[in-house]
Amino acid sequence: MNPLLSGPPAVVAAGVDVFSDALRAQGAEVHDVDWRPPGFGDAADLAALVLDPRRGTANRTAVERVLAAGSVLTDVRPAREVLGLTDRTILHAGPPITWADASGPLRGGLIGATLFEGWASTVAEAERLLAAGEIALDPCHHHSAVGPMAGVTSPSMWMWCLEDPVQGGKAYCNLNEGLGKVLRMGAFNDEVLTRLAWMREVLGPVLAAAVRSMSDPLDVKAVLAQMLQMGDEGHNRNRAGSLMALRELSPAVVEVDAASSDIAAVLRFIGGNEHFFLNLGMPTAKLAMDAARDVPGSTMVTVMARNGTEFGIQTAGTGDRWFTGPAQTPVGLYLGDYGPDDANPDIGDSAIMETYGVGGFSMAAAPAIVRFVGGTVPDALATTERMYQLTLAENPAMAIPILGFRGSPTGIDVVSVARTGWLPQINTGMAGRVAGTGQVGAGLVQPPRECFEQALTALAAEVR
Amino acid sequence: MNAPSRHVSLRSGVYADSVRLMQVSRDIGTRDGVTAVLVAMATPLNVELAQGMGLAPEEPATPEQLLVAIRADDDDALAAAVAAVDTALAERQRSTASAQTVPVRTVGAGLDALDGPALAIVSVPGQYAVAEAADAIAAGQSVLVFSDGVPVEHEVALKRAAHDAGVLVMGPDCGTAIVSGLALGFANVVRPGPVGLVAASGTGAQQVSCLLDIARVGVSHVLGVGGRDLSEAVGGLATLDALAMLDDDPATERVLLVSKPPAPSVAARVAEVAAGLSTPVRSAALSAESPDLTAAVEALLGDLGVAVPAWPSRSGSEVQAAPGAVLKGFYSGGTLADEAMLLAAPVLGDVRSNTPLRPDLDLGTDRFDSSGSAPNLAASGHVVVDFGDDALTVGRAHPMIDPTLRLEAISNLAARREPAVLLLDVVLGYGADPDPTHALVPTLTAARRAGPLPVVVALIGTEADPQGWSRQADALAAAGAHVFASNAQATRFALDLLGGAR
Repeated sequence: MNPLLSGPPAVVAAGVDVFSDALRAQGAEVHDVDWRPPGFGDAADLAALVLDPRRGTANRTAVERVLAAGSVLTDVRPAREVLGLTDRTILHAGPPITWADASGPLRGGLIGATLFEGWASTVAEAERLLAAGEIALDPCHHHSAVGPMAGVTSPSMWMWCLEDPVQGGKAYCNLNEGLGKVLRMGAFNDEVLTRLAWMREVLGPVLAAAVRSMSDPLDVKAVLAQMLQMGDEGHNRNRAGSLMALRELSPAVVEVDAASSDIAAVLRFIGGNEHFFLNLGMPTAKLAMDAARDVPGSTMVTVMARNGTEFGIQTAGTGDRWFTGPAQTPVGLYLGDYGPDDANPDIGDSAIMETYGVGGFSMAAAPAIVRFVGGTVPDALATTERMYQLTLAENPAMAIPILGFRGSPTGIDVVSVARTGWLPQINTGMAGRVAGTGQVGAGLVQPPRECFEQALTALAAEVR
Repeated sequence: MNAPSRHVSLRSGVYADSVRLMQVSRDIGTRDGVTAVLVAMATPLNVELAQGMGLAPEEPATPEQLLVAIRADDDDALAAAVAAVDTALAERQRSTASAQTVPVRTVGAGLDALDGPALAIVSVPGQYAVAEAADAIAAGQSVLVFSDGVPVEHEVALKRAAHDAGVLVMGPDCGTAIVSGLALGFANVVRPGPVGLVAASGTGAQQVSCLLDIARVGVSHVLGVGGRDLSEAVGGLATLDALAMLDDDPATERVLLVSKPPAPSVAARVAEVAAGLSTPVRSAALSAESPDLTAAVEALLGDLGVAVPAWPSRSGSEVQAAPGAVLKGFYSGGTLADEAMLLAAPVLGDVRSNTPLRPDLDLGTDRFDSSGSAPNLAASGHVVVDFGDDALTVGRAHPMIDPTLRLEAISNLAARREPAVLLLDVVLGYGADPDPTHALVPTLTAARRAGPLPVVVALIGTEADPQGWSRQADALAAAGAHVFASNAQATRFALDLLGGAR
């Protein structure tokens, strides 16, 4: 017998109240939907997508690949070797951009990398080369890579090399420099360049030797899962993850054949950087989202990334097409006497964490983070609750303790974003607007609606 | 204006975490007269920041100390800011660590939170109904779509998907259903029993279920399928699924199919499928050949071996129709209006309507109406108006809830003094006006005072309805109306009154 006829059903009602009132008068269990017209999107486009017979299966396929993806640390190698970066190419965060359109922190990062590579010896010369287009720029995302903030990655920088042992994907990310004046925040003074040189000469080779010597490769996904049990959300708070990475790497680092002063400096550097793990978490999310690429009919978001000028997204159903809109300025707290006027619009590939369902989406796991916007613990819980209504699945591997170990909300559905009118919530750092400034704060930000509007139109066009 | 004032102090034994201190810095920075502020643990990085702001401490600092550095326009603003820092640091943070209620925005999210069988009801604007209905189907649950204005291609796609998922789409434009005794939309309080209804017509289903109830025969379920289901375009998709579900239901022993005139090819296909079911299916689809829902109920009662009762009625005033009187049928139920026209046409000849039996009988539009689409309700001759038709419900509630237009038409009829017999339906039950006679009686009384106007009412309901059949019938009879529980009987009575006038 059909379950509908097996007894009085519970009712979920969307629309006018009179029905619900009459049902309650009969003692029925009624749940009202707080329905409102879609936040954006042409009604015919939305209808075409919800009626596309491929969509249900395609979205299931896409999100199952995301959930299935694993992530182990296999190597540390220079970008030149592992990404095949030819000379005079620099990778950056977000969708494609030219020097002319680049914001302060991205320009600062590009200048710093040009100096670091020795392609120029003065800032003016670096600017001239970049402005003349003599150094090629390309998004990290076009090379299976991701980079936090400016995401600037040049040939001699060492890269974490991660693999998905389940589906065979590979992903890469540079090494985290720490906080304050750092290249990824757009700073390029001597302090920054000296640190980058040390990372190239000491940190990279020591980590490479250590990682290659580990008989059991580091299971990065497992660390990410544990972080959520320890107050991190994996984007703006990586304290527990960084400590666990230090714990896992230390024995191998200590055994590397290098000067003990170098070993000590490496351990001190890792231990002193609360965001050290971010550059391992991001390629872990990248592996999972790349596994879901190219599923025709899927309306799931595979990339959210910002270059400091534009915010771009990609979806599983539209391959490597970017849908972009103007990057918003985060709202949050500022270091020192920096204020909103000092902050650059949103920048970085780190929104891959939210794309994967952690970061802002798992805010409930990290109540400490919500205070960055002067919010409260209930705000953190409510944010995650809202994100469940935008996503296709709950990731059982990424459990949120305070929600009864419910899995993190995973796999943003463009259609759900349109229907609810709620935009994804991203936790982020803030770089200074002026090249060379460095970090000015941290806070919360959302993508511009335009990205999702364009994606919706393009996905609907594929159906028709 | 005074020279800028600065305060730089290092405090030991005070600790607050960095986020809290950033909040304090931000709050103090927004005070009037404060131009720079840094409240932070005196780490080397923060001391360097303070130096950059020209607010470096003069003594050596350690990271365990709290650095308070403020610059203000004058001494008063500075003193107030320092005091505010002290207050802010002393404040205890309180929070109730429970989630605010996050509203559920979609049917999908609503169903996601439930276990077990559920039914979605969708009454959002028609162009958006498809997404909500598709959510239900994707979640493996049936859905009732009350919304009208849903494009027919959406309806077909939804019903195909529902068939594949083993669930039912009731609607669109489905106003009446009863599922396991739960009345959805416009439905009457009827007893449970062995008859399952599949209804492409809401008021038709109400008429049939009420008459069965009067005969002490109950219904198992009333599954609405939407008024277009038996059209060529939809092809009876939901009707066929509903028949299969009822055939499978142990509580259902007989099935009655209620609809407005179906597309012949679809009717044939449905009849073919129905003949193959183990549960007997009888059709009460209206047509020129079978114009009478009451007769269909009586035939079903015969199948069940139940004696046909005398259908309840009340006598009204003995007033005769004026010579040359015409039929004015003002209906709220579309199927009841159809039934009246089908019964009247053989007796009266052509009956004009906004929902005519033939296109050439259309009322035409009201030339005084600014929208240009409202039917001409003042047309002369035999007229049956369906006040529930889309063109008359734009921007207003269904006439079962909002009687204004029909009451106005009755008053206008009386004012025109066109000799007539007035035939009305009044539909009771859940969703309908809680006391429909309350507004109708004064209008009828006033209309009858203006001239001889026999009034005949088809009162669709049961004693158990919130409005009570007898209570409403008595009030109508007291106002001079002849009242019938059967619309067919009401229509024939009105035709007899007209016959006497010729």
